[in-house]
Amino acid sequence: MFGFSRAQTVALVLMVIAIAVLPYVLYPVFLMRVLCAALFACAFNLMIGYVGLLSFGHAAFFGMGSYVTAWTMKTWHVDASIAIALGGMTGAALGALLGYLAIRRSGIYFAMITLALAQMVYFFCLEAPFTGGEDGIQQVPRGYLFGFINLANDMTMYWVVAAVFIGGFLLVHRIIHSPFGAVLKGIRENEPRATSLGYRTDDYKLIAFTLSCMIAGLAGGTKALVFGIATLTDVHYSTSGEVVLITLLGGLGTVFGPALGAAVVISMENYLAQFGAWVTVTQGVIFMICVLAFRRGIIGEIGAKLKIAL
Amino acid sequence: MIMIFGIPGPLLFGQLLLGLINGAFYAMLSLGLAVIFGMLNIINFAHGALFMMGAFVSWMLLNYVGIGYFPALILAPLIVGAFGIFLEKTIISRLYKLDHLYGLLLTFGLSLVVEGLFRNAYGSSGMPYRIPDLLQGATNLGFMYMPNYRGWVVLAAFVVCTATWLIIEKTSLGATLRAATENAPMVQAFGVDVPRLITLTYGGGIALAAFAGVLAAPIYSVNPNMGSNFINTVFAVVVIGGMGSILGSIVTGFGLGVVEGLTKVFYPQASATVVFVVMVIVLLTRPRGLFGKAA
Repeated sequence: MFGFSRAQTVALVLMVIAIAVLPYVLYPVFLMRVLCAALFACAFNLMIGYVGLLSFGHAAFFGMGSYVTAWTMKTWHVDASIAIALGGMTGAALGALLGYLAIRRSGIYFAMITLALAQMVYFFCLEAPFTGGEDGIQQVPRGYLFGFINLANDMTMYWVVAAVFIGGFLLVHRIIHSPFGAVLKGIRENEPRATSLGYRTDDYKLIAFTLSCMIAGLAGGTKALVFGIATLTDVHYSTSGEVVLITLLGGLGTVFGPALGAAVVISMENYLAQFGAWVTVTQGVIFMICVLAFRRGIIGEIGAKLKIAL
Repeated sequence: MIMIFGIPGPLLFGQLLLGLINGAFYAMLSLGLAVIFGMLNIINFAHGALFMMGAFVSWMLLNYVGIGYFPALILAPLIVGAFGIFLEKTIISRLYKLDHLYGLLLTFGLSLVVEGLFRNAYGSSGMPYRIPDLLQGATNLGFMYMPNYRGWVVLAAFVVCTATWLIIEKTSLGATLRAATENAPMVQAFGVDVPRLITLTYGGGIALAAFAGVLAAPIYSVNPNMGSNFINTVFAVVVIGGMGSILGSIVTGFGLGVVEGLTKVFYPQASATVVFVVMVIVLLTRPRGLFGKAA
């Protein structure tokens, strides 16, 4: 169904059930944070998992999406759907611009260039007047969706966030399983051969990067709407590191890895928050364990055990 | 007062000196990154954290043991370098057969651990480190007053960078190192212990970062974030210079520091981003970097 294998369909059904049931068990605002992080990680996974390019600057697109959504909500009082869409479009536009520069190099240089470009965006946000500098944009109203759904209620907001996440998740899946996605995987495996077959690999990489950044912007915009705040943390490189961690822990290049990784990492941050910098230490230790012993991630290991692709 | 392009001379030269100091740190850090990348094929993301550790070790030596600045300038790089060797032996060496990106991820995790531990122990507000008595005060150069310590930093960084360059380019050890960078199995076949060479290279690169950290201690307050503040810019410096050449990373480091200093005079708003703008221009015109070899 929809390009999902049987095992993936089962996993998808389980995920949707979890999304539907959990808000009655756990705090919805916490779950919304998980879903935004999961969508962000799905966007990041599109690049690292299927094009083989590690972007260390995805916070730039997440953060700018967050700022634009927050700013349009607060200043123009637009409909929530328009604000979130603008967040996604901002991510896409910035992604096309920075991607055009970054795809000139690959491998380790791509990672360093995206990191440096994102740092430039960070400094821009620190100086630019509309971001509110160190204070960020605070007290953003959630407003109305399609003019009549009041988002002030946490549960209403939750279903919207869940819909955005599932929509984004299916979009990423659709991209990967399209002929376009097949070319991307071809580029990942052997770029010279893809070139010799007549594919303009740079164009493919740029389009994939732009799509990934669009979804990252969407995730950022949704996050800004949920929490009513957009700050420098959203564009800081630690946010880029966090999404790398989420995806690595869940499983690079797996369909469900980013979502599970987000659930684990965000829960950990939530419960360890009272211990201050120990969160950072724990994240670093998980990073190291994943790289040294556990490179397939949680979903990747489960898939390897069961001999199925998840 | 001398005016240059409508800017008071002392202001211009003062910012130039500040730029040179930043450039000195860029040069030392990107040099270490380039040497490590050449041998180990990993981007050492932990470089900033180990730079910070250098500053902290000198602070600890002073406050816990009473060892002053100049001995710390030798001791701290040795201690942190030994820590680097320990890291290489125990964890980093496990990654050589994998994709280079795993090295980046591992060292990123490492930097989170090191920074987090120091933040837990010392908070993030920073601690002062006094300029040693010998380097207190300022000298009148005729066109400006130069704080002695700042002059010393530029001088020391320049000497260390030149020495590193000479060791790599002009000694037989350096020749072996360069040969191993080109073709490790062949050098191993000649009877050179390549794994030990790799370990020592990592240790040396880390010692260089720690040395920079000690130099930085009296200028910036000693705090857990001092490394990560630098390292992102240093990555841009590395992209601009290209990692092919030792001399290239030294020249690029100092050069970009000066560019940054000048920007502070003429257009202060852009001073934080100018290095990244230069990177964009270099990527558009010469993607492999100013001194990089063709991929």
